[in-house]
Amino acid sequence: MKRVSLVLTLALAAGFAAQSASAQTLKAVKDRGQLSCGVSQGLPGFSSPDDKGNWTGIDVDICRAIAAAIFDDPTKIKFVPLSAKDRFTALQSGEIDVLSRNTTWTLSRDTALGANFTGVTYYDGQGFLVKKSLKVNSALELSSASVCVQTGTTTEQNLADYFKGNNMKYEVIAFTSADETVKAYEAGRCDVFTSDVSQLYAERLKLANPADHVVLPEVISKEPLGPMVRHGDDQWFDIVKWVLFAMVDAEELGVTQKNTDEMAKSDKPDLKRAFGTDGNLGEQLGLTKDWFGRIIKAVGNYGESYDRNVGSGSKLQISRGLNNLWNKGGIQYAPPIR
Amino acid sequence: MSIEARSPPPQFAFRLKRALGGRAGWSGFFLQVLFALVLVWIGYEIFVNAKANLENQRIASGFGFLNNTAGFDVSQSLIPYSGSDTYTRVFLVGLVNTILVAVIGIFFATLIGFIVALGRLSPNWLISRVAGGYVELIRNLPVLFQMLFWYLAVLAALPGPRQSISLFGVSYLNNRGLIIPRPIGERGLDAFLIAILVAIVAWVILHYYARRQLFQHGKAMRIWPYVLGLLIGLPLLATLIFGVPFKVELPELKGFNFAGGMRVIPEFVALVVALSTYTAAFIAEIVRAGILSVHTGQMEAGLSLGLSRGTVLRLIVVPQAMRVILPPLTNQYLNLTKNSSLAVAIGYPDLVSVFAGTTLSQTGQAIEIIVITMGVYLALSLFTSAIMSFYNWRLSRSLGT
Repeated sequence: MKRVSLVLTLALAAGFAAQSASAQTLKAVKDRGQLSCGVSQGLPGFSSPDDKGNWTGIDVDICRAIAAAIFDDPTKIKFVPLSAKDRFTALQSGEIDVLSRNTTWTLSRDTALGANFTGVTYYDGQGFLVKKSLKVNSALELSSASVCVQTGTTTEQNLADYFKGNNMKYEVIAFTSADETVKAYEAGRCDVFTSDVSQLYAERLKLANPADHVVLPEVISKEPLGPMVRHGDDQWFDIVKWVLFAMVDAEELGVTQKNTDEMAKSDKPDLKRAFGTDGNLGEQLGLTKDWFGRIIKAVGNYGESYDRNVGSGSKLQISRGLNNLWNKGGIQYAPPIR
Repeated sequence: MSIEARSPPPQFAFRLKRALGGRAGWSGFFLQVLFALVLVWIGYEIFVNAKANLENQRIASGFGFLNNTAGFDVSQSLIPYSGSDTYTRVFLVGLVNTILVAVIGIFFATLIGFIVALGRLSPNWLISRVAGGYVELIRNLPVLFQMLFWYLAVLAALPGPRQSISLFGVSYLNNRGLIIPRPIGERGLDAFLIAILVAIVAWVILHYYARRQLFQHGKAMRIWPYVLGLLIGLPLLATLIFGVPFKVELPELKGFNFAGGMRVIPEFVALVVALSTYTAAFIAEIVRAGILSVHTGQMEAGLSLGLSRGTVLRLIVVPQAMRVILPPLTNQYLNLTKNSSLAVAIGYPDLVSVFAGTTLSQTGQAIEIIVITMGVYLALSLFTSAIMSFYNWRLSRSLGT
């Protein structure tokens, strides 16, 4: 039903709107007094509500950072939980301003969906979760297995490619929500649960006995996850893009949530530009001069967000790996703020 | 002569006027045309505007995507399918899976529904209470929960593939489904199938012949020995002459699952069980109402002729009740077909799952795909309605009403 109503919204929006809603997103958000942010239906570490209904996660932090940059208040957000297959329609129809929902950046999604990816919040890859009791050590031993997968993701195609490429047979069972997929895996309907590795770690925590399950070493695909915005509004595209860059740059510059105020007084030229004590870079984005400080004060830098949500400070305990800064062995790299 | 010559033209014009313009005549007709034109114009504007806006935002549109390679696999497909087939093929796979569930679901729902209805009307206290309890319990629970219940109940009750329950060593039951031997066509297959077809045709002819004998000459013929002889004898004869029609492929455990054989997946079973038991509860009430609508005198008259209760029901009461039963029964069939779209919740690859689900998110062409999908459900529903209307027409003709 949600699906049909979303499509109707899209059809009506496309059908009745006199002009496409371009170049107006920032204004619309300001008028509304709230950012509408599309998130997952509950993926620990990326976007999930706690028992009080507060959303946390690395994807949520992007939205909080955008809200902080616009309103100087990271709580002025309406979170819209979306299933994998409803997410793009929600963005296209204008129900949400930004989609920050562990979404893989691919060419077709960047073009045919009428939306753009703004950057990579998390470099992920697809992996396999199996029961330890099966005594499988490699994904190459999975021939003839039954595989549970969430529909509406890039996962289904990767899976088909991988098994075909390695001449292995398999059976796929696809479910709409991650919860149903995991439930079927736990009930023994399938031998393998496949998804992005980060998600495997997150879902494993939900299982009755996490220690009985193991993530296989193979990573069979590239899954760069990032936020998406609609085509046709370059200013909004720039804002969402640079909010993430600001968080990555802040880590590189050594600006943290705690030391923001001190660093803002620094004499170093790159810090002065970032904090807006020199120049008006924030205003060029359509924001305020202190946009950078607002973001870091609200959610911290990229590394802090990572540690808090998926890294060493979280239950997931995923090491930085590819997501470390470029000068620390990873590939997270942001253009300079100047 | 003169009367006939005068009357037809004005009557025709009057009828035309009434048909096109209603009571108001030609001015009414004009308003109707105007209204229709406005509707068409609004529809056209919406279409053109939507197209322009989609192009503005550079959202892909059109139906070209149907020829692209799908690149994903499906767990159950009655027609040959692999990941390298097109989205059109995916559509067909989903469509066939949906129709399969609908047809089998309707069959069982009708069967269970009639049994429960007769049970509820039974003079036996226990049977009627059990049937009543069934109806009240099942029809008051949301069907989605029943699906999940059956699915997880089926899965929880069955062992893993390596501890499969063996049925005589040729079939196996586990939480991956029921694996049965698969017939593979051999040289004699064509002759075998033709023999069966001939036997069935002969059966139908015999049936009508026997009926004519009964109605016209009052002679009751016993045709079933001939039918049985034909159905068994002809294919057997064909096998003897043309060779074995098929060989049987037995399933065997290989790796994680069974290889070979055919498999009924648990998603399908759970879906059919949930849909047919749920719809059966409604059908039972409809059938009960229909039977109660037939005057009790009919039953009493039948019983006083010395017929058994079952015979009276079958030959006298139910045919008359059918007139009342059919229209709401059609509704239930349509509901069942539409409810089958909930299949995606338990991982059954129906049309909504593979086409309005995976295909949609891979291509992003929401409007086109949802329009196609809605069109399919509309067509299925209209088709079901048409069949039932035909049946209704035949029934009322045979009852002479």
